[in-house]
Amino acid sequence: MSIFVDESTKVVVHGLTGGQARFHGLRNRDYGTKVVAGVNPAKGGQEVEGIPVFASAALAREATGANASFVAVPPKAAPGSILEAAAAGMEVIVCITEGIPAQDEARVYSELQHNYPKSRLIGPNCPGVITPGECNIGITAGEIALGGGPVGIVSRSGTLTYQALYELKQMGIGVTTCVGIGGDPVPGTSFVDCLAAFQADKDTKAVMLIGEIGGTAEEQAAAFIKQHVTKPVVTYIAGVTAPPGRRMGHAGAIISGNTGTAQAKMQALAEAGVRVASNPTEAGELMAEVVRQL
Amino acid sequence: MDLFEYQGKQYFARFGIPVSPGDVAQTPDEVVRVADRLGYPVVVKAQVQVGGRGKAGGVKLAADAGQARAHAEAILGMDIKGHTVHRVWVEHASDIAKEYYASFTLDRGAKAHLAMVSSRGGVEIEQVAAEEPAAIARLHIDPYEGFDEQQARRLVEEAGLDPEARAGATKVLLALYRCFVEGDADLVEVNPLILTPDGRVHALDAKVTLDDNAAFRHPEWEEFAGAAEMDQRERLAKSYGLQYVGLDGFVGIIANGAGLAMSTCDVVNQVGGSPANFLDIGGGASAEVMARALEVINTDSNVRAIFVNIFGGITRGEEVANGIVTALGRVDIKVPMVIRLDGTNAEQGREILRSVESETVLTAPTMMAAARKAVELAGGKL
Repeated sequence: MSIFVDESTKVVVHGLTGGQARFHGLRNRDYGTKVVAGVNPAKGGQEVEGIPVFASAALAREATGANASFVAVPPKAAPGSILEAAAAGMEVIVCITEGIPAQDEARVYSELQHNYPKSRLIGPNCPGVITPGECNIGITAGEIALGGGPVGIVSRSGTLTYQALYELKQMGIGVTTCVGIGGDPVPGTSFVDCLAAFQADKDTKAVMLIGEIGGTAEEQAAAFIKQHVTKPVVTYIAGVTAPPGRRMGHAGAIISGNTGTAQAKMQALAEAGVRVASNPTEAGELMAEVVRQL
Repeated sequence: MDLFEYQGKQYFARFGIPVSPGDVAQTPDEVVRVADRLGYPVVVKAQVQVGGRGKAGGVKLAADAGQARAHAEAILGMDIKGHTVHRVWVEHASDIAKEYYASFTLDRGAKAHLAMVSSRGGVEIEQVAAEEPAAIARLHIDPYEGFDEQQARRLVEEAGLDPEARAGATKVLLALYRCFVEGDADLVEVNPLILTPDGRVHALDAKVTLDDNAAFRHPEWEEFAGAAEMDQRERLAKSYGLQYVGLDGFVGIIANGAGLAMSTCDVVNQVGGSPANFLDIGGGASAEVMARALEVINTDSNVRAIFVNIFGGITRGEEVANGIVTALGRVDIKVPMVIRLDGTNAEQGREILRSVESETVLTAPTMMAAARKAVELAGGKL
């Protein structure tokens, strides 16, 4: 079992004919993901390494039965692709695009809620989602992930996600699904969405939550854990030493005043019964301890 | 990108938000010239991106040219909380009947726009929020549905703005929302928004933070970019397209990914060191990018050791290692360096790094071990 994606997920890659989308789309297929189609309005009817390309997501879905979209097109085009995928009825839309204007992101999120509530957007500006051995949509290097559970991972940071997968694999601990929700101001899928899904997934026995400074997502996660999550949770929050009011590379990683600091987030999570690690290695070790006691 | 007040007012004016006539000046002569043209009295305001400039003596009223010159001489070059004043904004002084507050921002928790309006303007809004939260009227706006006149009117009433200010304030709010959305701002704030004795409502200050991600559709932002407050290190990093934030410590940090870079700063701190910077070189870690990162670190005389922390994902360990080796051939580093390379094909990568290992270029297998080593080499206390 897993959350959001599994071996039955059939993926359409937007912009498969070139650039990042082609590179990562083909990598995902090589990993074993069922990449069934590409989309390019100008190149319908062509093929990319045996994968048929359609002029729209709707046509691709109709012809292949695809139920997920992978959006890796530039920031200008990404909002349009996300909405096109949703209009075509895709259940999961993974967008790795970095640099989408915040106003576009907020409007797209809101439009999805209004018009396409059944479509789940993961990202933007995220590494994607991987259920090891079954489906990898995004830019995670599949070989650093060990499948089979019992741990579910949800993370706001890209490289720290890989670090977590890797640390767990080194210790022989498998993962059900690893979701990178991304560091942007308005992620389509939140910590809370993933925590609810992991709580409901019978093969996920424990959850690793990797957060960073800025926003209130970790505080919201803490409140949700307190009320609804009975499975053990281990967390690591990056950015303890970040100075207030400065951006740290991500649009998401900015703190102002006392809100959104790493300390405040760690405290909220600790109060919700979450085991809080002070560095990524310690997070792996804490999780190993949790898994031993399962 | 944070705008200075004068830039914020210029931006406001594009969207029809009323501001006082004024101009920016960099010398006392210019200040007097602008003031003569506007007519006295004028206000001379220091342009720095930090709060509390009034208290610091950075905002002065001048009744005539002599006073304008004296204030300009005092304020230009002044240091306000570590920010040197290079420019002043000179505007015609406004008669103030009432001071209000208005802002739009994105509430990330609610995933919606947030409007805030208060009849308590002219003071720190955080203080109002803490002492008297009911004095601030708040409204969440659905970004897809937008903000209409009826909502604006209701918000102004709820905030308790004086009846004679309501029509004017409603118009300002609608224009300010357009500035926020169409102007691609993360924040627009007016404090104070004033009511004049003759019944006009206008912005006496302007705080605008633009969303850098939207720069591609705003060629007009070019003119703002030049004035940004950056130190030399940050300027060089920006010209190289690197994500860099200068800090005060002595261990230079290079990492791939924002989260890992932040985490690297934290770990250095945990083992008794202090990061000199945050530097995210992104996923690729090519020789080119690595060389540029080392160049930026080299300009920082506080750096006593460098910690390179790379996790190979799609970019494999051997590619990263080759990048580091090439970069070291091109840039002469002045201080010892510790490299931690992990992830995909890390073993092969470490093998390649052995060719450059020396007393000053070291490798370490884990993040913690590398952090300790770097801090030790920098002479920090473990």
